[in-house]
Amino acid sequence: MLSIVLLSVFGIVLLYLGFLKSRAVLLPATLLFILLALGAGFLEWNKSYLYFGDMLLISNVAILFTSIVLVSAFMVVSLSGDFLDDEAAQPAEYYAILLFSIVGAIMMISYENLIMLFVGVEILSVSMYILTGSDKRNLRSNEAALKYFLMGAFATGIMLFGMALLYGAAGSFTLTDIKGYIALSHGRPSLLLYLGVLMVLIGMLFKVSAAPFHFWTPDVYEGAPTLFTAFMSTVVKTAGFAALLQLLSVAFSAIYGFWWITLAVITGLTLLVGNLTAAYQDSFKRMMAYSSISHAGYLLVGLAALGQQSKQALVFYSLAYSVATIAAFGILLVVSKQRTADGRPDDTYTAFNGLSRQNPLLAFILAVSMLSLAGIPLTAGFWGKFMIFSAAVDKGMVWILVLAVLMSAVGIYYYFRVVIAMYFREGSSTQIQVAPFYRFVLIAATVLTIVLGLIPGLFQNLI
Amino acid sequence: MLTLSILLFPILAALLVLAVGGKQAKQLAFVGALVELALSGYAFLNFVPDATSQFSFDYPWIFAGSIRFSAGIDGVSLLLVVLTGLLTPLIILSAFRHNYERPAVFYSLILFMQAALMGVFTARDAFLFYLYFEAALIPIYFLAASWGGENRIAVTFKFFAYTIFGSLFMLVALVYLYFQTSPATGIHSSAITDLYNLKLSATEQTWIFWAFFIAFAIKMPVFPFHTWQPDTYVESPTPATMLLAGIMLKMGVYGVIRLLLPIVPEGVGMWGTTAIVLSVIGIVYGALIAIRQRDIKRLIAYSSFSHVGLMAAGVFSQTSYGIQGALVQMLAHGINVVGMFFVADIIASRTNTRLLDQMGGITRYTPKLTVFFMILLLGSVALPLTNGFVGEFLLLAGVFEYNNVLGGVAGLTIIFGAVYMLRLFQKAMFGKTTDLTTGFNDVSGTESWVFIPLCFMVFWIGLVPNSFLKLTEPAVTNLLQFIK
Repeated sequence: MLSIVLLSVFGIVLLYLGFLKSRAVLLPATLLFILLALGAGFLEWNKSYLYFGDMLLISNVAILFTSIVLVSAFMVVSLSGDFLDDEAAQPAEYYAILLFSIVGAIMMISYENLIMLFVGVEILSVSMYILTGSDKRNLRSNEAALKYFLMGAFATGIMLFGMALLYGAAGSFTLTDIKGYIALSHGRPSLLLYLGVLMVLIGMLFKVSAAPFHFWTPDVYEGAPTLFTAFMSTVVKTAGFAALLQLLSVAFSAIYGFWWITLAVITGLTLLVGNLTAAYQDSFKRMMAYSSISHAGYLLVGLAALGQQSKQALVFYSLAYSVATIAAFGILLVVSKQRTADGRPDDTYTAFNGLSRQNPLLAFILAVSMLSLAGIPLTAGFWGKFMIFSAAVDKGMVWILVLAVLMSAVGIYYYFRVVIAMYFREGSSTQIQVAPFYRFVLIAATVLTIVLGLIPGLFQNLI
Repeated sequence: MLTLSILLFPILAALLVLAVGGKQAKQLAFVGALVELALSGYAFLNFVPDATSQFSFDYPWIFAGSIRFSAGIDGVSLLLVVLTGLLTPLIILSAFRHNYERPAVFYSLILFMQAALMGVFTARDAFLFYLYFEAALIPIYFLAASWGGENRIAVTFKFFAYTIFGSLFMLVALVYLYFQTSPATGIHSSAITDLYNLKLSATEQTWIFWAFFIAFAIKMPVFPFHTWQPDTYVESPTPATMLLAGIMLKMGVYGVIRLLLPIVPEGVGMWGTTAIVLSVIGIVYGALIAIRQRDIKRLIAYSSFSHVGLMAAGVFSQTSYGIQGALVQMLAHGINVVGMFFVADIIASRTNTRLLDQMGGITRYTPKLTVFFMILLLGSVALPLTNGFVGEFLLLAGVFEYNNVLGGVAGLTIIFGAVYMLRLFQKAMFGKTTDLTTGFNDVSGTESWVFIPLCFMVFWIGLVPNSFLKLTEPAVTNLLQFIK
């Protein structure tokens, strides 16, 4: 709760700091605020408080998800050193919006009341619509923002309708009350409840870009400034899955038999669409968009096989995925900026050709991140997949598992295209300049990926 | 503790090579590999021939210690540890004659590879085994794809994707098995010996058999999963080819002995014949293609494919002869094939061709090379008193015990092997000298130091096979109890 208060206050403070217009002040200030919020979160460790008239529940799992969100945000902000070189840009506003959006994410993670979920989703989404369109003079950025806004608003509407139906059935927005209603209904809850469950699920699945609600993802990811694409594909996804986990494991655990088939079908579809389409992309950025869809698929496997393993698996997977994704986007950011094609940042695979010759460090960082996303052993991504697969085996979902395994083989193909381009192809001989702090953050991400790959139990006793 | 040092030392040496870099990289890597050889030699000399796992260590690792970082050396591992320890310094030494770009990275990758291979051969936890099994791919992929021939990118990617694809099925099988252990308490275990004692139904055995079989058959490779192999061997730089053929393909055979046979004995009972038939097809098919080859590197690649077929057939025969033979033959084949690839590398780099019909008469200039080549060749064709004979004899005895007809067909390998190997020798070494082979330089000092240990091993295993067989026998007998 403290994190929410702190971040809101800091956001407002940042807006006022905006008169400075100097990134040398604003960037460190934002980073400091995020760190303070991260520390404040752990003050409530092992306490399990209810806040705001029982609308918010701070549990240990919520704190862990919050920490993943804050760590991701910290990394993204650190990479923002020279985004939007536009003189007229107002960096303070963007930083403030980022902080506000994190508030939304934390509310999505720790809600106990559906109203709180809705407010959180809206705060996060509206911030994202703005940030997507923040490259004001770029037509694609504008298009992406509009597309995201229209489709996002539609999905939120469906979700809200679903919540209303749930209220109609259970007479309350509180998760425990809905759970109580289902328990009292002796296995025959009203039809309204089932409809409500489906509609809320659709709304949330849109936010985490699961197929068939994924059509906005590639365009929005490609059009948005790379920095915010990194933010979207990690923070939004982590918060979305934490919210789904809360919803399904607390409120709807008793009607598992109803929703798991729906979710399993969506999972299969997401895995297929994400991986197969990613394999056909020529743009690295667009590939990362489809890859984020495919990772939503793996995370959904963990949800569809909801059980003892799931929480741990989802937390670990979100962390591994976020760290690797931010590192990948961080490299893309510098490479595409300094290797342009037709005066525009080049985000195709060819931009990475021969990167290992002049920038062995950058190439290594991106290679580790790709290996992690592909789930190759000795990286965090492997253990993420391992835990997800374990959860599926535990529930006996062999067919989904076989599909997931086949699709991760496809994943190796498209992730390795970058590795091949960097290490085995000849390319531009210009060295890419990277600021020291920027480099430090990327190295930290790589070290974390490898350490978690060697000792996955590092944070295990926390869960 | 010894096993732990065997596992960690190459990583340390590799990091050191990376850090120091420059001109000293290869000498440093060689010294590192020699120390590792001393460590594995120590294990060999102090190994007590019984069925236990020795020099072992065990730490809790993940999931509150239900997955453990545990490794040790038993009779099945020992010869492969020795093989890896012995071949790596020789492979590094054999690379001295080339000036590879970025030598620090090149040699450190070889050492990383060695660490992963040692891990595969000593792991006593199924997930640790899997982890090393996959990790071994990464250094070899970068070695082959960075320093390889013209067509390297496509070829090595096929190899990489193919093998990872296969082992993913093994991962699923292992996760499944892990959850079958002690279902009552909910505390699972992935120790390999715990997996031996599982009671699996016939359907489960079938599925798991195939999941394992595909993973290992791609790695070995067994017909029809071999299509990645000849191209990868040809396109890779010779040290990488040596690692692949000399050590890495043994991971597949070892995996069958260590995991597949004892975990799913009924599955092997149902499908073992299919596996042997595929292996035997590979023996004949590989040999027939080898006879027709003009490219010497490709010829040796196919010969290796043919030889590993016999090892697979012997292992799937589930007989003491077959498994013992496979263990000795893995050692022998590793030695012979590394030697053969080195000969091919010397000839190819001095004549600038790998095609047999452009060679001839080399023996006129090279007494030393001729002798070394002949010794290794005789080992490869399994002449009595050489290392190949011991292994192939036991393997064939095993296959015969399983089925006479299959044994008979597998026995063709001895005849075919002699045909393609002697043809290779005759075309390259005898006959008229050509423009390319005139003035061929005999092996230099460094080069002979690669051959001398190899030739010594050819005779040692051939003349006193019992010094190796007696070490493996108790472990194999113990293993056969699980296979029933």
